[in-house]
Amino acid sequence: MYKLRLIIKREFLSKVRNRSFIVMTILSPVIMVAMMALIAYLNVKNSEEVRTVAYIDQSSIFADILKDTKTTKYINLTGVPLDEAKNQAVAADYYGLIFIPKQDSLDLLAKSITFYGEGSPSLNLIGSLENKFQRKIRDIKIEKLGFDTALIKAANTDVEISSEKYTGEKGSKIGSILKMIAGGAFGYLIFMFIIIYGTSVMRSVIEEKTNRIIEVIISSVKPFKLMLGKILGNALAGILQFIIWIISASLLMFAISSFLGADFSVMSSNSPQLTPEMTAQMQESLSGNLTLVIHELKDFPFVTLFTAFIFYFLGGYLIYSSIYAAIGAAVDNETDTQQFMLPVMLPLIVAIYVGFSVIENPHGPIAVGFSIFPLTSPIVMLMRIPFGVPWWQIALSMTLLLVTFIGVVWFAAKIYRIGILMYGKKPSYKEIYKWLKY
Amino acid sequence: MNTLLRVENVVKNFGAYRALNKVSISVSKGSIFGLLGPNGAGKTTLIRIINQITGPDEGQIFLDGKPLCPDDIASIGYLPEERGLYKNMKVGEQAIYLAQLKGMSKADAKAQLKMWFEKFEITSWWDKKVQELSKGMAQKVQFIVTVLHQPKLLIFDEPFSGFDPINANLIRDEILGLRDKGATIIFSTHRMESVEEVCDHIALINKSNKILDGELNAIKKQFKTNTYEVGLIADDLQALETEISTKFQTGPAIFKSLNHDLKLNIKLSDKETSNDLLNYLSTKSQINHFVELVPSANDIFIQAINNNTNV
Repeated sequence: MYKLRLIIKREFLSKVRNRSFIVMTILSPVIMVAMMALIAYLNVKNSEEVRTVAYIDQSSIFADILKDTKTTKYINLTGVPLDEAKNQAVAADYYGLIFIPKQDSLDLLAKSITFYGEGSPSLNLIGSLENKFQRKIRDIKIEKLGFDTALIKAANTDVEISSEKYTGEKGSKIGSILKMIAGGAFGYLIFMFIIIYGTSVMRSVIEEKTNRIIEVIISSVKPFKLMLGKILGNALAGILQFIIWIISASLLMFAISSFLGADFSVMSSNSPQLTPEMTAQMQESLSGNLTLVIHELKDFPFVTLFTAFIFYFLGGYLIYSSIYAAIGAAVDNETDTQQFMLPVMLPLIVAIYVGFSVIENPHGPIAVGFSIFPLTSPIVMLMRIPFGVPWWQIALSMTLLLVTFIGVVWFAAKIYRIGILMYGKKPSYKEIYKWLKY
Repeated sequence: MNTLLRVENVVKNFGAYRALNKVSISVSKGSIFGLLGPNGAGKTTLIRIINQITGPDEGQIFLDGKPLCPDDIASIGYLPEERGLYKNMKVGEQAIYLAQLKGMSKADAKAQLKMWFEKFEITSWWDKKVQELSKGMAQKVQFIVTVLHQPKLLIFDEPFSGFDPINANLIRDEILGLRDKGATIIFSTHRMESVEEVCDHIALINKSNKILDGELNAIKKQFKTNTYEVGLIADDLQALETEISTKFQTGPAIFKSLNHDLKLNIKLSDKETSNDLLNYLSTKSQINHFVELVPSANDIFIQAINNNTNV
C-alpha cells in the first residue's frame, strides 16, 4: 500500500507540474467562457437583425396580417408590376418579395402565392407566413359560411395534460427538461474524463517505456501496482483539473454576465439537443415560474444520481483507462496506437449518440439495452437515471459493470506486464493474444 | 563457501520458444559472478527471473537458503541493460523516489544519497532535471540508485556501457569496493577484459543452456593447452627451430622483443612439465622469454561457444 501511495503521488505530481497541464487548466475555462460569450453575443445580434420583406397583394386580403414584427418589416408594393418590384427589392437589398396574385377562389389562391428571394428563404419565415395565410383564409371561409368567428374563437380551449406516476409523484415538462440536462451533463462529464485522462494514462505508460525506466521500476514494484498507481494518479490530477475548471468557469461566467450584462440564458436556445418548443417552454417557465423549478429540484433524485455518478464514473474510468494502459504497454510510440484506438473509442461514441435517443424515450429498448451493456452503461445509464429506472436494471447494469471491470483489469494487467518489456515489435492482435498465455 | 543465491533447474518458455532450459547456478557470498553468453542466450531472462519481474515455468530460486519471495526485492539491487530515468523529474527527487520504492525511508535515502553524491562530486546535479544531464552523467545517477539501499545481492547488466574509460574505472573500483564490503554481485557483460578484471566465478549460457560454470581460474586451467611462448637467442635460429620442432609440437608466436630472437609457441604433452622444456631449451640457446599461455576469458568464451555450436 505504501508503494502504491508513492506511485500515485509521483504520477499526480508529475502530471500536475507539467507545463501543458498548467496552461490547459488556466486557459480552458477562459476559452470556454469566451466562446460562450461570443455565442451569446452573436445570438443577441442575430435577434436584433430586422429583415425587410416586400409584398404585392393583388388579392387585397392579407394587408392587415402583414404587420411589422420585432424581426420582420413589411413593405407594401401593391400596384407595382412584378418585374419592377423585383428590381426594387434587389436594389434595396430586401430579404424577399411575396407575390400574392388575384384569384377567383380562395383554394386556388392558397396554391399560387410565391416568395422571391436571393437564396432559399429561412424555413421559419416561410412557416410563419404559411400559418398566417392559412388562418386568414380559414377565418374568411368561416365568415362566408355564416359562423361567428368570435364564437368559434371562444370555443377553442387550451388543453394541458399533467403527468403523474402510479406511485403518486407529480411530473412536469420542466421536470423532464431538468432531468435531461442533469443526466446529459453527468454523462458528458464521464465521456470527456475517460477520453482525456485515459489517453493521458496511455501516454505516461509509453513515456516510461521509451525512457527505459520501466525495468528499473518493476524490479521494485509489481507491474500491476504500477499500472494501478498510474491510473489513480492521473484520475486525481483529472479530478483536480475538473474542479478548477468548474469553479473558475462559473466565477468567470458570473463576472462577465454581471459586468457586460450578457444574457447567458440565450445560450440555451442554441444547444442542438433541444427542440424549439422545449426551449420556449423552458425559458417561459424558468422566468415565469421559478417556484415550480425549485419545487421540481426538491423532488429531484439527487442522492441516487450522485451515488450512481460516483459508481459509474469509477467503473467506467477504471475499465477504459486500464485498456488505455494496456495499449500504451503494447506499443513503442504513440503513432502505433492508432489501430487500437478505434475499437476503444467506438463504444464511447455510440454511448453518446444513444444518449440523445434516451432523451426522446428513456425507457425504450435501445436505452435499456445500452444502459445495461457495460461498455456504454456508465454514460447511458446516468442519462436515464433522472427519469427513474427500475431497480433491477440498475442492479444488473452495476453487476455487469463490476464483472467487466474485474475481467478487463485482469486482461489489461496481463498485456501490460508483458508489453512493457517488449521493444521493437509492432504488435498485432495475434501477438497480443499470445502474450495472454505467457 | 556460503551460498547466497541458488537457482535450480529453471525453465522459462515464451510460447513455443524455450528461453531457459534447466539452468542452475549458485552464487557464493561476497563473490563476483560473471554471467556470460552471446546476445539472445537467455541471460536477461534469467536476471529478470531472479528479480521476480517474470516467474519461472519450472525450477526454484533460493536467496540465503529460503525460496525467493516478493519482500526480497529490497535486498536486491538491479541495474538493467535497458535503463533510463524520468526525463522531466529532478535528479535528487527521482533518486529519493526510486530508493523509497526499494523500501528505504525518505530521510535515510536523503542521507545516503548525499554521501554518494559527494563521493562522485556531483552534488550540483541535485536540482537539475535528468534531461539536462549527459548520458554518462545519467548512468552515474543510475548506478548510485542501484546500490543505494545496500542490497545483499547486486545485479549489473553491462554496467560500463556509456562510460568513458575514467568513469568506467571509477565504477569498476566501486563494484570491487562493494564486494569487499560483503555484497554479492552478479555481473553480466560482453566485455571480456572486464570479466578478467573483476569476476571470481563465471557461468556461460548459450542457446538457453548453461554450457560452462566454475571459478574463473579453474576454468582457465581447464582450457589451458600446456603451451608455452618462448623467445630464444642462438647463432643459427633456423637450425634451432628445426631441431626443436622435431622434439615438440611448435607454431609461430607473435610478441614484442628488443632482440632478434626465435619466437615460438611450444605445446607440451600431458607428461611433460615446464621444467623439462626449460632444461632442454637452456642447453640449446639463451632463453630470453618464457611464458605459459593462459587462455583469456575472451578465448574461453569463443572456444566454448564454438564447441557448443558444433556439437
